[in-house]
Amino acid sequence: MTAAATRSTAHSIVEASPRTKAFAGGLVILYAVITILPLLWIVATAFKSQSDAIAYPPKVIFEPTLEGYVNLFTVRTRQTPDFIAKLPPPETWYDQLVRKRDMVIAGPSKVVPRFVNSLIIGFGSTFLAVFLGTLAAYAFSRFRIPLADDLLFFILSTRMMPPVAVAIPIYLMYRQLNLTDTRLGMILLYTAVNVSLAVWLLKGFIDEIPREYEEAALVDGYTRLQALRKVVLPQAVTGIAATAIFCLIFSWNEYAFAVLLTSGEAQTMPPFIPFIIGEGGQDWPAVAAATTLFVVPIVMFTVLLRKHLLRGITFGAVRK
Amino acid sequence: MAQIRIENLRKSFDQFTAVEGSTFTIDDGTFFAMLGPSGCGKTTTLRMIAGLELPTEGKILLDGEDVTFHRAAARDIAFVFQLFALYPHMNVGENIGFPLKCQGMARREIRERVQETARMLRIEHLLSSKTSKLSGGDRQRVALGRAMVRRPKAFLMDEPLGALDAEFRHLMCGELRDLHDRIKATTVYVTHDQLEAMSMADQIAVMNKGRVEQIGTPQEVYDRPASMFVADFIGAPPMNFLRFEGGLRSGDRAVSFHDTSLAVPEIREDRASAPLALGVRPEHIRFADAGAVRGEVFGAEYLGTTQIVTVDTAYGRVAARLPSSASVRIGETIGLEFNAERLALFDIGSGLAIRTAIGEGQRHG
Repeated sequence: MTAAATRSTAHSIVEASPRTKAFAGGLVILYAVITILPLLWIVATAFKSQSDAIAYPPKVIFEPTLEGYVNLFTVRTRQTPDFIAKLPPPETWYDQLVRKRDMVIAGPSKVVPRFVNSLIIGFGSTFLAVFLGTLAAYAFSRFRIPLADDLLFFILSTRMMPPVAVAIPIYLMYRQLNLTDTRLGMILLYTAVNVSLAVWLLKGFIDEIPREYEEAALVDGYTRLQALRKVVLPQAVTGIAATAIFCLIFSWNEYAFAVLLTSGEAQTMPPFIPFIIGEGGQDWPAVAAATTLFVVPIVMFTVLLRKHLLRGITFGAVRK
Repeated sequence: MAQIRIENLRKSFDQFTAVEGSTFTIDDGTFFAMLGPSGCGKTTTLRMIAGLELPTEGKILLDGEDVTFHRAAARDIAFVFQLFALYPHMNVGENIGFPLKCQGMARREIRERVQETARMLRIEHLLSSKTSKLSGGDRQRVALGRAMVRRPKAFLMDEPLGALDAEFRHLMCGELRDLHDRIKATTVYVTHDQLEAMSMADQIAVMNKGRVEQIGTPQEVYDRPASMFVADFIGAPPMNFLRFEGGLRSGDRAVSFHDTSLAVPEIREDRASAPLALGVRPEHIRFADAGAVRGEVFGAEYLGTTQIVTVDTAYGRVAARLPSSASVRIGETIGLEFNAERLALFDIGSGLAIRTAIGEGQRHG
């Protein structure tokens, strides 16, 4: 084809035209704005005063304060101005902040233990689900298992209804087993829900790894488990990372079971956050502060595994 | 180095039988090729020798020791895969040293052995490269290095050149054979490519539908095929089969082929009248006006030094290999003459070769 003929073609089939690209870029930016805006609003609300937070029309420009965070981490009692005047001078900036509102700090709130619960239950169940899922997926991928297809379907079928549909039986079961309001109970529950997802996702990834790799290792002197650990797993890292993120997001955000099965000791953040009550109603800045902190671990985890996640999503597209 | 003996080896998956009761011995230091179409059971046999698959029945002996149910690592055998199976998260040197690391060898010793192996394969300069950066041939050399470094009793290779392009495959064939001549290790080589098997192997086992049809040197398998399958599978174009019906007597030097008498190598067995096939290699056909079989030229394929001329005869289409200088006109009627000393006879019912003066000495699987 001559150069002129090439130029006469309006646009190539493989390369998008500049207009298409601009349009696609615009769509992506629009979507990003729509999804990021609420997050930014939450982050901003956490720094507003109570009245600014509920002002109408909403305030975009406001005087920032750390009251929301202080309220989140403390329990306060209202005192008369006389009582406060008689107290020794405030020792810290947050004491001072609270006293301006005619209150004194009575002690720490429960946010830290709740947050720790969320971390233990979220990461614990994710680890268990991915661990069990990897072993099961490897077995389904590599061995001749009688009724393998039926078993896989059975595993998948556990996800065919919303988990909450079985909330009542699970509640009764947990009460019987003394698992209500325990971290172990929540870890087991989230693991059970996530393991089916993990098996199916990971089986796809492991199927993609040529079995010659581990067979070479078997011939060269490894046992089956060593081959799995040292040859298969390093190559399945992308799949494992992607699966772990999905599992963590589920167990981190889960609300219905958490409300039903936890009330004290093992309560996670999702049921805790809505009940942060201040004087005369919901303490919105404190709720926003809690939400901000709640989002941080999952963002960090996703960013840490981002490289693997991207490769995980496109995995299998190109044969290496 | 080792002798490998296979006894009544059988493998079935559910209802499907992949390998059916074969028995043979691979002598120490032999380059042994298993040749056959895909699905003939050659790879399954190889995987059973390696210990990657357990046989349903039968025995595998390594130097006389029964290793049938030993795990792969306990057999001291190296396996080279078609996809090379180089670990992508290790560099070339680590890949080659991997089997030694598995054995727990000291790091210094591993380094020396890896160096030595790399020198042998002429890939020393690649030792610290990433495997993903290598060409197909170099990947194959690394895979070989990983197999050699352990100095195993035997090498098993599953279509190791299958993933290379044609030009490189030829080069690697030469290298592999050269390597074998230097280290003299028993090698079992699985391939569906007859050229690879013919050019490298000391012994070829031709497999079909789970059975070993014939074991012999490349010359034996080509010149004295034990069955119609072998005759048809080996050679390009394959052997021509001309059907006829007749009885045979030991000592005869001719058969009555339809209305004429055709000279054949001396027959060594008696046969009642049955459907038979006369097997003729294309290069054993000449054009001659007096030829017993007549036909019309259908087409000619020019190959440089020779040409393949196809002729329609009353007994089917026949391919003849003629010098490229011979002038052939499509549509002309010609006579075909066969080289009587090189003809083969087959029983169509069983597909097996009939014993003749040239067929003597072949082994059925």
